[in-house]
Amino acid sequence: MEAPGDSSSDTDPRQQAALNFKAFLLKSSTKTNQNLYDHLARVLTKVMDERPPNAVDVFEDISLQVKANQLQDNQSTLRSIPENNAAFALAQEQKALFIRGAGDEQEEGMAETPLPNLVEQSFFFDQAEVGLGREETQRIFLALKQLVDTQHLQRCRFWGKILGREANYIVAEVECRDEEEEQAEETQKDEEEEEARDEDENDLLPKSTYKPPPSVPMEARSSGTNKFSYFVCREPGLPWVRLPDVTPAQIVVARQIRKLFTGHLDAPIITYPPFPGNEANYLRAQIARISAGTQVSPLGFYVFEEEEEEEAEEGARDNFIENPEFEGIPVPDMVESLSTWVHHVQHINKQGRCVWVRISEKTEEELDDEAEGEEREEEPDEPEPEVGPPLLTPLSEDAVVNNTPPWSTRISSNLIPEYAIAYVRSNLWPGAYAYASGKNFENIYIGWGLKYLGEPYTPPMPPTPQQEYPSEPEITEVLDPSVEEEQALKAAPEDQQLSEEENEGQEEEEEEDD
Amino acid sequence: MDSDAGVTLSAEHRAALQSSLIILKRNMNFRRVLFWGKIWVGEDQIRDRKSIYSINCIDWHLLPPATKALIDEVAMAAKGRFMGDPSHKYEHETQEQEEGGQTTKVKVNEEQRLAVTVFTIDNEVAVVPRGAYIKNLQGIAQPNRSFEGLNPSEAAELSNYLHFSESRKPRKKNIMEMANLNPSIDFLDPLSEDIPKGSWIVHFEHGNRVCTIKSLVWQGLTFFNLPMTPWHGYLYMGDGLKNVDLSFML
Repeated sequence: MEAPGDSSSDTDPRQQAALNFKAFLLKSSTKTNQNLYDHLARVLTKVMDERPPNAVDVFEDISLQVKANQLQDNQSTLRSIPENNAAFALAQEQKALFIRGAGDEQEEGMAETPLPNLVEQSFFFDQAEVGLGREETQRIFLALKQLVDTQHLQRCRFWGKILGREANYIVAEVECRDEEEEQAEETQKDEEEEEARDEDENDLLPKSTYKPPPSVPMEARSSGTNKFSYFVCREPGLPWVRLPDVTPAQIVVARQIRKLFTGHLDAPIITYPPFPGNEANYLRAQIARISAGTQVSPLGFYVFEEEEEEEAEEGARDNFIENPEFEGIPVPDMVESLSTWVHHVQHINKQGRCVWVRISEKTEEELDDEAEGEEREEEPDEPEPEVGPPLLTPLSEDAVVNNTPPWSTRISSNLIPEYAIAYVRSNLWPGAYAYASGKNFENIYIGWGLKYLGEPYTPPMPPTPQQEYPSEPEITEVLDPSVEEEQALKAAPEDQQLSEEENEGQEEEEEEDD
Repeated sequence: MDSDAGVTLSAEHRAALQSSLIILKRNMNFRRVLFWGKIWVGEDQIRDRKSIYSINCIDWHLLPPATKALIDEVAMAAKGRFMGDPSHKYEHETQEQEEGGQTTKVKVNEEQRLAVTVFTIDNEVAVVPRGAYIKNLQGIAQPNRSFEGLNPSEAAELSNYLHFSESRKPRKKNIMEMANLNPSIDFLDPLSEDIPKGSWIVHFEHGNRVCTIKSLVWQGLTFFNLPMTPWHGYLYMGDGLKNVDLSFML
C-alpha cells in the first residue's frame, strides 16, 4: 500500500518491486486482451458481493465465471431478436382464454349452465390426492367455458386427462342437443357414395365371391357406447376437436393391443391385430372402455325411470334420472363397503357394444340369392345372446384380476373424519378416481389410458395358416407334354384311328348307300 | 411439478410431511433430506438414499439395504401390486431341478420388496442434469456449487441429463464426441443412450419455466428442473411396478 501523497516512487526498493509487479499484472494478455489485475479485481469484487460460503474451495469456478461473463459482454453489441418459440405461441393462445367474449355480459344463462363447477370439484379431488395443480385446473375451466359457449351443449363434464408421449389430451364429455342427426346423415351419404364407386370399378373385373363376415353395426348416437360425445384439446386454450364415434370393431381390437398415445390425433396406430383407424379412433375407444369400467356414483343417486313392468324386456335399461330424494350416504359407510358405489355407465360386452346384436341375420340381398339357389340352411351354431351386468350394479360385484381387488376405497383424512370425503381408486384402470361427499360426487381419469393387466402383455398370435387342399392326383399339376411327346402320342393311336376311321367310313358308305 | 401427471399430495399430508421431515432430519443427523416420493397402495412413503419409509407421513422406519440375493428373491416371489402392509408375505414355489424335484418356497415380505423396489428405481432412473455433480480430485462425486442450470435449449436435449448411479458399460465414444465432454462432469451415463429409445418424455410446463422428464419404464417417475436455475429433483409416485411392455407400447 502506497501512501497517497507519495509521488516519488523510487525511494523504497520494495515499493518499486511492488509497482513493477503491478505493471506486470496490468499487462494485457495477447490472446484475450484482458489483464490479470482487472480480472483479480473483478473476482474479488464478486466474492465481496456474493459472499459464498467456503469461497476458497470454489475459487476457480468463480474465476471461470467472471471470465465467461466478460466474453458475453463483448458480444452483446448485436441486438437480439426476441425468439418466437413454442412457449410464446402457447401463451398467445392461452391469452384468449382470459379475455371475456363480447356477448358474455349478463347472460340469462347464469342460472343453469351446462358448465360444471370445476373449482369445487378440484377442491374435493385435491383431498383425494388427485389433481392437476391450480393453474392448470383454472385454465381447463376457462377452456371448458369456451367449449360450452361455442357449441350448444346440453351437458358438459371434465372427463380427465390422458397423457401422451409428445403431448397430452384434455378430454371433455358432452351431451349434444341437435347436431346428432345431421352428422349421422352425412356419414351415411359418404358410405353410399363409396359403395357406388366400388361397384363401377368392379363391373370390369370378375367379382370375388368372398363375403367378409358382416361387421357388427355401430351403436347409434346417444345410446350405448356412443351415449356421450367427447371433445379433446392438447392444451387448454387450443381449439377443441370432436372425436368420432366408436365402432364395436375398434373396441374389440383396442382390447388386444397395448399402445401409448403420441398426442397427435392423426397418428397411425401400427399394431397387430391391425387397428381400424388412427389415433383419434383409438383414443375414443379407450375413453369408451374407461368410462364403462370406472364411472361410478353413490348408490341411490341415480334411479331408473321406468317401472318394474319393463324388466322382462331383453334390452338393457339405459335411462336413469337423478333421484331427487337422494340424501347422501354417510362417508364411513362409503369407505367401508364397495356396495355403496354403483356403475352408471353400461358395461361393454365382448362384441364391443352395450346392447348385443345378432349378426347372423341375413340381409335382404342374401335372402334373395339363396331363395333362387339352394335351400336355406340354418346356422349350425347360433351365438348366444350376451348379457352384460345390468346398469347400476354395485362395485362389489366387479371381477378380481390377478389377486388384486378391482377397487380401493379410502377416506381422505383419518384425523378429521367429520369433514372427510370418501374416494375410490380403480386398480384396473390406474388413474381413475371418484369421490363422494354427501350429495356431491364426481369421476375423473388422469393417466396413460392403459389397463392394468397384472401380467406382462403378450400380443395375440397370428391365426393358423388355412388348410390347403390335400394333394390328390386330380388336382395335382402335371407338366404339359412337350411337342415331341405329343406327336409321339398322336402317332401311336393315329394309326389305330385311321384304321377305325376306314372302318367307319366303310360303314357310313354302306349306310348312305342304303 | 408432477401435478400435471395427476397425482398430488393433499394439504394435510403436505403439512404433516413438513413437520415430520424436520424432526426426522434432526434425529437421524442427515445432511440433506429430500422427499423421494410415494409408492402406491395408499400411503406408503419412501425416502431417499437411506431408504426410510412411512405409512402415514408421521412415523418413519428404516428399510433394509438391498443386496443382490434379496433382489433375486424378490424378483421371483413378488408379483402384482403392493399391499400396503409391510409385513405381508409373498410366497413362491420353485422347483429344484436336482434329484427328486424338491419344491422350495421363497418368502419375502413387503418391506424387503419395498427396499428392493426403491433401490432398483434409484439405480435405473435417478436423473440429474449435466454439470450438477462434479467429480473432485479424490474421485468423489459432489454437488457442484457453481452449477447455474441448463439454458432452455440445452434443457430440451436428453443428452444433457445423466443417470445418477454407477456408470454401467459406457459406449465407446469416438473422438468427435469426446471433444465436447468434460471428464469432471461427464462421468455418468446420459439418458439419450437408454434402450428402448423413446422411454423418456421431455415436456416443458408453465410456459418454459419448468422442464419435466418422465420415464416410461417406471411409470410415475418424474424428473423436473427449472432451466437457468440450479433447481432440480426427481419424484416417484406410482405403483412400484416396472413397465415391461414398453416395447409394445411405443
